[in-house]
Amino acid sequence: MMSSWPGPAGSYGMSDPGALRQLTVTRVRVMLREPEIIFWVFAFPIFLAMGLGLAFSDPTPDVLVVGVEAGSEAERYLAHMPARDELRFQILPADETVDALRRGEVALVLSGDDGAVTFLFDPTRADGRTARALADGALQEAGGGTRPVTVRSQEVEQQGHRYIDWLIPGIIGFNLMSTGLWGVGFYVTQSRQNLQLKRLVATPMPRGYFLLAQILARFFFLIGEVPLLVLFAWLAFDVQLEGSPVALAVVVLVGAACFSGLGLLACSRARTTEGVSGIINVIIMPMVVLSGVFFSPTRFPDALQPLIQILPLTALNNALRKVYNDGLPLSATLGDLALLLVWTLLAFFMALRFFRWK
Amino acid sequence: MGETLATTASLEEVIQDDGPPEPAILCQGLRKSFGSTHAVRGVDLQIHRGECYGLLGPNGAGKTTTVEILEGLQEPDEGRVRILGMEWGRDGRAIRRRLGIQLQEAQLTERLQVEEAIRLFRSFYPSGPQVEDLLDQVQLQDKRSTYVRDLSGGQRQRLSVACALAGAPDILFLDEPTTGLDPQSRRALWDIIEEFQDSGGTILLTTHFMDEAERLADRVGIMDHGRILVEGPPTQLIRTLGGAHIVEFQPSRRMELRELRRLPGVENVRTRGELYLITCEELHLTLPALVEQTREQEIRMLSLTTHRATLDDVFLARTGRQLRDE
Repeated sequence: MMSSWPGPAGSYGMSDPGALRQLTVTRVRVMLREPEIIFWVFAFPIFLAMGLGLAFSDPTPDVLVVGVEAGSEAERYLAHMPARDELRFQILPADETVDALRRGEVALVLSGDDGAVTFLFDPTRADGRTARALADGALQEAGGGTRPVTVRSQEVEQQGHRYIDWLIPGIIGFNLMSTGLWGVGFYVTQSRQNLQLKRLVATPMPRGYFLLAQILARFFFLIGEVPLLVLFAWLAFDVQLEGSPVALAVVVLVGAACFSGLGLLACSRARTTEGVSGIINVIIMPMVVLSGVFFSPTRFPDALQPLIQILPLTALNNALRKVYNDGLPLSATLGDLALLLVWTLLAFFMALRFFRWK
Repeated sequence: MGETLATTASLEEVIQDDGPPEPAILCQGLRKSFGSTHAVRGVDLQIHRGECYGLLGPNGAGKTTTVEILEGLQEPDEGRVRILGMEWGRDGRAIRRRLGIQLQEAQLTERLQVEEAIRLFRSFYPSGPQVEDLLDQVQLQDKRSTYVRDLSGGQRQRLSVACALAGAPDILFLDEPTTGLDPQSRRALWDIIEEFQDSGGTILLTTHFMDEAERLADRVGIMDHGRILVEGPPTQLIRTLGGAHIVEFQPSRRMELRELRRLPGVENVRTRGELYLITCEELHLTLPALVEQTREQEIRMLSLTTHRATLDDVFLARTGRQLRDE
């Protein structure tokens, strides 16, 4: 028999810290029990990486495109080069050569001055080496063969200049954004809509715990989400994590907290899942375009740059690429992380302030 | 409109009285409108510790709005509320820790198991029974690993009550706990509620089932159109009808009310459409006399039923409508 209820008032001190743990565990359980959500969180980013990776990294193209820097030493030889079926030359402005190489648009860049031609290529790319050998032959022929044309080889200094190398951190950033916003925003709105939230509010549950639990539950999913993508990128496309895994983990955690916080803010007033979907799309869409998920934001006009640079996804992608592609230490990302933390705190406390509990 | 049988002292009088402890629930002059709909139009309540109070009325009478104001889930436009001597604006958290709430529509997470749901709610309260005891309490031990979405209606309601009991509440709010349940499930839930009552807990129950109120409530308030029409112990309210039995019949032609009132044992006669309703104290005197009279006047009985007077009849007498018309 129950002797413990309805007990006298007793002592009502601090609320059980187990409440935060229970709320977090509940959120994780509910999510793990929704197969369709598992697909969007874990499988979709891998499909995305696979599709884009395959589309942009055909290993044996029939025709190798060689970029020729406009106004360089190499351009002088261009007219004299013999026609070759497997080589096509394309003149590029000086400031676009590296980007073209990075995006895989060209296999090799020819430039140079003072009588010497420079070969710029990525040593990790098979097509780069092939193109260099072919282009060297064509160049010597163009030079007349009496005196060899002086050539210098310059390997692109940083590793990971393929498009797929650049893309993978962008996909991680994109995934952190979309799962943060959708995972938190949609679930919380659904809880409000079907009155689960109302039931929780009728208890002494600290309300901040409920919001915090959404962010903590997101962290749990990162354990599977990000390593899976890193592993896949390495196995399928040989994308190397240049920096330390710890630095990557820190950046990922800060990014996930930021977008879970924004997810809370997005759903703070929404009454229906339709309503919150619209809000989330309005947040996601501009950042997908502007923040350098699929292509570099430097392409946008200078006037837009101040806006682009304060977007959370821009900061996250910058930090991810510094660690992932450039192998920089965490200290190099502090500016980006600080911006993300500002966004996180702003979003969390605004959500707490404006949240519709009933 | 409508006198209350229990005298309602003013809020100040009750609070200043430093004899017995303050009532579990006290409210005065509650009003709440939604746009042009006046859901609650001046409700006073005083529910004592250890009492089970039943708020009765048809759908749309304002029961749920009243209860949600008392639960601190809605704000009244006017009026004051005191729960266990505390007020919502000041002592929200402290009040919540001592209330157990079962909401009419609110759901528990579908993809949670029974035991997980109870454990979650238990974690919100600083003290209360063990999860195991709660499972035992509502007899869901063998459903502990079942998902909420796979529970029957009765099991869901029992789980909902278990979650409400998780903090060993002083007051239990139950909003239409047995609506939509089969008779067996209703009785199972009543047993749980009575157990809480027996251990000294206070209950505020809303229902549109009169039998439920008659069984569980020490006192009932009948609510309609946002007001409490009458209030009192069920037996006392039924006694106001003037008799313990109701004879309901439809004669083949009109009968004189005056003549019917003269029949032996008749306390009251009313009509409702084609139907005549006679309230009487002693059925064995009144019924033969009625049958005799219709035979003499060559009136045929198109229908004739009798039942013990219930709160349904009280509501009917007060409003001219039946409770479950809507």
